[in-house]
Amino acid sequence: MAEQAAAARRFIHGRHRTLVTPEGVDLQLNLADAGQRLGAFLLDLMIMAGALVLVTIAALLLIAAIGAQGMEIGGIVWLLGFFLLRNFYFIVMEMSPRAATFGKRAVGLRVVARSGDRLTADRVIARNLMREIEFYLPLSFLAFNAAEDTGGAWTALAGFLWTLIFLLFPLFNKDRLRIGDLLAGTWVVQVPRRRLSVDSLNAAGPGPHHAFTEAQLDVYGIYELQTLEQVLRDDNPEAIASVAATIRNKIGAPDEGWDRDFLVAYYDAMRARMERGLLFGKRREDKFDRG
Amino acid sequence: MNALPSDTRRFRAEREAEWRRLEHIVAVAEKGSVKALSDEDLLALPVLYRGALSSLSVARETSLDLELITYLEGLCTRAYFFVYGVRTTAGRRIRTFLARDWPDAVRGLWRETLAALLLTLTGVLAGYALVTSDPAWYDALMPEGMAQGRDFRASREALLSTLYGGTGQEGLSFFATYLFTHNSQLSMLCFALGFAFGVPTAMLLVYNGTTLGAILALFAARGLGLEMGGWLFIHGTTEFFAIILSGAAGIRIGWSVVFPDDGESRLDSAARAGRSAALVMGGVVAMLLTAGLLEGFGRQLVTSDLARYAIGAAMLALWLTYFYRPRPAR
Repeated sequence: MAEQAAAARRFIHGRHRTLVTPEGVDLQLNLADAGQRLGAFLLDLMIMAGALVLVTIAALLLIAAIGAQGMEIGGIVWLLGFFLLRNFYFIVMEMSPRAATFGKRAVGLRVVARSGDRLTADRVIARNLMREIEFYLPLSFLAFNAAEDTGGAWTALAGFLWTLIFLLFPLFNKDRLRIGDLLAGTWVVQVPRRRLSVDSLNAAGPGPHHAFTEAQLDVYGIYELQTLEQVLRDDNPEAIASVAATIRNKIGAPDEGWDRDFLVAYYDAMRARMERGLLFGKRREDKFDRG
Repeated sequence: MNALPSDTRRFRAEREAEWRRLEHIVAVAEKGSVKALSDEDLLALPVLYRGALSSLSVARETSLDLELITYLEGLCTRAYFFVYGVRTTAGRRIRTFLARDWPDAVRGLWRETLAALLLTLTGVLAGYALVTSDPAWYDALMPEGMAQGRDFRASREALLSTLYGGTGQEGLSFFATYLFTHNSQLSMLCFALGFAFGVPTAMLLVYNGTTLGAILALFAARGLGLEMGGWLFIHGTTEFFAIILSGAAGIRIGWSVVFPDDGESRLDSAARAGRSAALVMGGVVAMLLTAGLLEGFGRQLVTSDLARYAIGAAMLALWLTYFYRPRPAR
């Protein structure tokens, strides 16, 4: 358990990247993980595919409406639509103030220059033109192979390996960089939109009065306190019951029911004590921290 | 011991209204409508932003409310990118790109451009020499789709008609669109493949040259060299210039990965090269659009050899002066 918790925290800490504002405050950006990147990309692919279907329908409607002469206009609409979608969807979206495609917005990501400078057009173009070899080239290669059925096993394997190298590239560096990110000097960070909910985690009703001794409040550290906060905000009865049982067991408190109220009272008391400790320079990271 | 409302709760209650106002301003701005913000909001923005930053610093030191800290981090990050982001209009950005950034980037690539030009010329010479020595090479070098019946089995008259007959009025703009998208895709591939140490880019450039050499050899063999030259020259100066530039961009990337500058990490070197090369590419697409229009419309409408050569030469002179004319230092 101890190692697991420590590893989890190291993992989270390992994704922190410093970005110091001119005012001297470190914003501590969190890098997007591979799953978020993949999710955003798949969303974008679906959006592009949907847009392509719309373009195709528009082209067909044009042809149907104008007849033979519409052939040419319809063809141009389709060719240009396909070209613009394929090459400029990512570029235009990432040059907007939010520096993110629809997929990245949905997942809560944005593109940032690694140096902390502002994200300029050249970086956006560089990182997205590399999709040409990362994604489109293997894709068209595989499609060509499948259609012609001439490639044979070896070329298919080579194409597959090529795709795999670029696909897995972000997993083999600690900054989760694509080849495009590497070349553009960018990385993708999390900027989730967070709500600020009501501050006080209120007790539900007039439960028994809870009082804790100092020894009981000193069992846990900040990590456990904030995990408890998560549990209370998620407000899942089963989780609350099991957490309450665990804590009661650990601090030797009697089970008087009112699990949530017990936890809220314990959280409040523990937080008040720890925040007072912070003012005196005492910071206990977790329950294993004996400093 | 009672759980008293701690100081950090008061801290939060006192400032929450300001945070929410900042959140609202940033949300409006992120939708891309800075104009929708009132003057009041715009004036308040820097103050609110600095206030949120100091709240974040205080909260990190004194509060253990995880939700509060992550909220403030998110809010400050979004506000930071807006406050220190670019707020120039698209029009002005395009103007500086055309007036400064693009020609500067192209000039910075002059060595690579020369190398790409030499590679293309090598391809042209090789293609020409091979096909002249043995016409059988032609079919090997020329992809079926590109030849469109222009091969050694065709008569002189048939070849001549491909130079001036065109495809007629109909289908002109479709043809232009097709050429534009096809060439743009090729040039982007040229750029991206540069990452593999520039080798595939060089191969693409040579290959592009060989097809040109092969088709020149075919028409020269039928005594149509001059006419073929005009047919190619009208758009070719722009098109080949653009493809050579994209090849140069690819070579720059490959070179920077293999030979980073002294005291610079491979990663930084690649990132610097990638950015300047990408600037070049932004303009290359515009050049290819011009070339597509010249090829699709200009060539079909202008059938005089002299006029074709004149237009091609004028375009080349235009590009050369635009990129390489001396400019006052910045």
